[in-house]
Amino acid sequence: MERIILVGNGMVGYKFCEKLIAHPNRNQFDILVFGEEVRPAYDRVHLSEYFSLESPDDLLLAPLNWYQENNITLRTSELISWIDTENKKVFSHKDESFDYDYLVLSTGSSPFIPPIKGVEKEGIFIYRTIEDLEAIQNYADKLKSKGRFQSAVLGGGLLGLEAANASKELGMTTHVIEFAPKLMPRQLDQTASDLLQSKIESLGMKIHLGKNSKEIIGESEIEAIAFTDGSSLPIDMIIISAGIRPRDEVAKSSGIAVGPRGGILVNNKMETSVPGIYAIGEVALYNQNIYGLVAPGYEMAGVALDQIMGGTKLMSPSIDMSTQLKLVGTEVASFGDPFLENDDTVVIRYENKQRGVYKRINISKDGIRLLGGILVGDSSDYNTLFQLYLNEMKLPENAEDLILGQRGTESKSLLGSVLDLPATAQICSCESVSKGAICDAIQNGTCQDLKGVIKQTKASTCCGGCKPMVADLVKETLKSLGKEVKETICEHFHYTRQELYDLVKINRIAGYDDALDQLGKGHGCEVCKPVMASIFASIFMETANKQIAIQDSNDRFLANIQRNGTYSVVPRVPGGEITPEKLVVLGEVAKKYDLYTKITGGQRIDLFGAQLNELPMIWKELIDAGFESGHAYGKSLRTVKSCVGSTWCRFGMHDSVSFAIRIEERYKGLRSPHKLKGGVSGCIRECAEARGKDFGVIAVEGGWNLYVCGNGGANPKHAILLASQLDDDTCIKFLDRFLIYYIRTAGPLIRTSTWLEKLEGGIEYLKKVVVDDCLGMAEEFEREMDGLVEKYTCEWKEAIENPETLKRFKPFVNTEESDDQLVFVPLREQKMPRPW
Amino acid sequence: MEEIVSLYQTVKPAEVNSWVKVGLIHDFPENAGACIKYKSRQIAVYHFTRTQKWYACQNLCPHKMEMVLSRGLIGDAEGIPKLACPMHKKTFSLEDGSNLNGEEYSIATYPVKIEEGNVYIGFVE
Repeated sequence: MERIILVGNGMVGYKFCEKLIAHPNRNQFDILVFGEEVRPAYDRVHLSEYFSLESPDDLLLAPLNWYQENNITLRTSELISWIDTENKKVFSHKDESFDYDYLVLSTGSSPFIPPIKGVEKEGIFIYRTIEDLEAIQNYADKLKSKGRFQSAVLGGGLLGLEAANASKELGMTTHVIEFAPKLMPRQLDQTASDLLQSKIESLGMKIHLGKNSKEIIGESEIEAIAFTDGSSLPIDMIIISAGIRPRDEVAKSSGIAVGPRGGILVNNKMETSVPGIYAIGEVALYNQNIYGLVAPGYEMAGVALDQIMGGTKLMSPSIDMSTQLKLVGTEVASFGDPFLENDDTVVIRYENKQRGVYKRINISKDGIRLLGGILVGDSSDYNTLFQLYLNEMKLPENAEDLILGQRGTESKSLLGSVLDLPATAQICSCESVSKGAICDAIQNGTCQDLKGVIKQTKASTCCGGCKPMVADLVKETLKSLGKEVKETICEHFHYTRQELYDLVKINRIAGYDDALDQLGKGHGCEVCKPVMASIFASIFMETANKQIAIQDSNDRFLANIQRNGTYSVVPRVPGGEITPEKLVVLGEVAKKYDLYTKITGGQRIDLFGAQLNELPMIWKELIDAGFESGHAYGKSLRTVKSCVGSTWCRFGMHDSVSFAIRIEERYKGLRSPHKLKGGVSGCIRECAEARGKDFGVIAVEGGWNLYVCGNGGANPKHAILLASQLDDDTCIKFLDRFLIYYIRTAGPLIRTSTWLEKLEGGIEYLKKVVVDDCLGMAEEFEREMDGLVEKYTCEWKEAIENPETLKRFKPFVNTEESDDQLVFVPLREQKMPRPW
Repeated sequence: MEEIVSLYQTVKPAEVNSWVKVGLIHDFPENAGACIKYKSRQIAVYHFTRTQKWYACQNLCPHKMEMVLSRGLIGDAEGIPKLACPMHKKTFSLEDGSNLNGEEYSIATYPVKIEEGNVYIGFVE
């Protein structure tokens, strides 16, 4: 058996291990891996997500036991300090030696520290490892407690902006300082940079371009950065992200050839100057370049492994540096040669400052080939453009359609079908998976669905950018084989939500057990039970008290579970209008039960920290004072937010509060595939933020404009105009039709915006259904809504009136005691759960 | 925290030396969970009416150390009876307490027996 030693356990080193264990000759090799960091390999690409993760382990590419299970000896926290190339031995920093037959150097890179005066001071950080991030977090916490908030990132490249985002997430006022006159100078042109800059600045960060740092000023702690132009910027901490330097020191001191500006020289077999020694990833100098992206690193890992195994795989002669990513919440992509501008090229640009979108494509003068481009603000076309570029495919007649979409005709994909791509087309560049590999996995029967294909080919497991295209390919390939592609609910029901809705209705199925007997199999689960509960509620307007055991756990207790297992209480406050008397009641109840009190985003009041057994008592008092359930716990109508409107506001055009109350009263208790939020604004200043809701109504001259399918949340979407200048009753009629159509046809947990995206024909078709009644079902939809409205009851009122349904609020079956494990800690003048 | 976790150790039916009566069948909801308290332990009890089976496990979710499991939804995964935590929908087998999401932590399970309409949970004292 021969031994491979791998020095470096980063993303590329890990990929080498992954490829090794999948190789048929794996058993002829013994592998020993050295990692300098404490942890096994983790996902550095998503480092800035560290703060939002539950545990740093969530970033690990594989847990420690993965290495054991696969017979990989991993030694972390161990540095290789010298290689004896003659006797084929490596020496660790503890002076232990290890023999090898093959040596793979995957030592990565380190951040470049520019030689600025004062750069050694306290408060200056780099951004590469989890430990760096932890140090940044600790220091920022220290600064914030002293009321100091100014943080600067040196470097406005891709990594610098990631670091800036991390700094912003920590609550620091963040400055980005870049030497070049634009952001991401390697990927973006000036217009793209300007747009990205204004987007980033709108989030509260400050960008300083064309600034050359001269000195970092301050005694023990830093105070400011001085620039060569004589200006300076007061600052409390600095994160340096000014490029990378390959970690070639071991190679260099051991006599392996390196380039004049660093990097281990390799040929297209990834061989270094010493036989039996390979270099891969950011440390390898290939074609006179260092590649700081994972995709080329992964390809190098594959080539090195194949060569060791006696194969003939070679590195591609030219490396594609296309990238697509989300930076500080903005989509950015660049591919091919983004800057190309000469006599043989035509550049097509589209810029929309209002939407914050810039698209640029560079095409050959004859209009046949795509040579490169840039996308900012909307990179949804990236996959299509990238495939056209990479596979040198012929462009459509009107090349501008590529970035503007086809206007005036029914839209269809510019690629034609994804199946038209050549089999060699690389779909996932991180994992180098071709279209052929994806289609074959389905065609030869190895995989049956998307999940299987991803597991088998690893496509889309790295950055995930190609996932929509992988999904399309799987779907189309299955279709071409005559196989039905269905998004079924779970293993218990082989139907879509829409099919189940229809089946329950047609067969008058009255309960979950009947549904399971007649339509499903097994004993149900946490996925199908709430879906069925929602369907029963949407068809029969039954409350969550009827089939308690199938409700999602928040619906089961008619309250939202919070961090420590206590609940929050949110009574309905239609339109956000509340009398002083009722406000006093809320205050009194909160005081009596010692509840943390906060105003919600939907103009209501949330009372937190109620114990299970307290919920009925609290609600009894609220109901006696005239409140109703706010359904804040359900996938149902939440609030209809309003501005004060024409009754008080000097700009108001119509009475938005009255209309919001009418709408909220009409749809309260309505359960739907996901939560529903609405808004009504009294004029186009839009103070109710109605276009950020599932349905929004805005007062205009001559009536109301109705917008639908917007939302806030992780992917904010503005609602789109469905109809304009409507009177009150017509607006309600259209809302009825829209809501019922959505409730009937959407998948589980699909909000209106995602539903609309998937709806064939999009908003134009929705207009035909709702406004023009092309399905001839408008009347049925309205009747159905009337029926639901009529059957509304407050489910909390219903719950406290029935001793049988009250049993569920008892903390323990066998004792009257309450839960003594709850711990609260003080928070300003109130309290909060003990932190996790 | 470790103290609380160490309170909960899986009890196999053969090991039980103390059956504790925790209520009548009808005190417990059908196809859902409820909680009982025995000394300092909180135990979640589930009644699957479709299979006429009872299961019990710790009420403590090992993910965030909160006493919430009795309030989760139950069902099966390819025939294995399971429960989903109401906090983050982590799922556990009710047969052996193993984690069905492929994560490391698992839960302790306890035997349940029904005699003359009474529900008993088995402990090792």
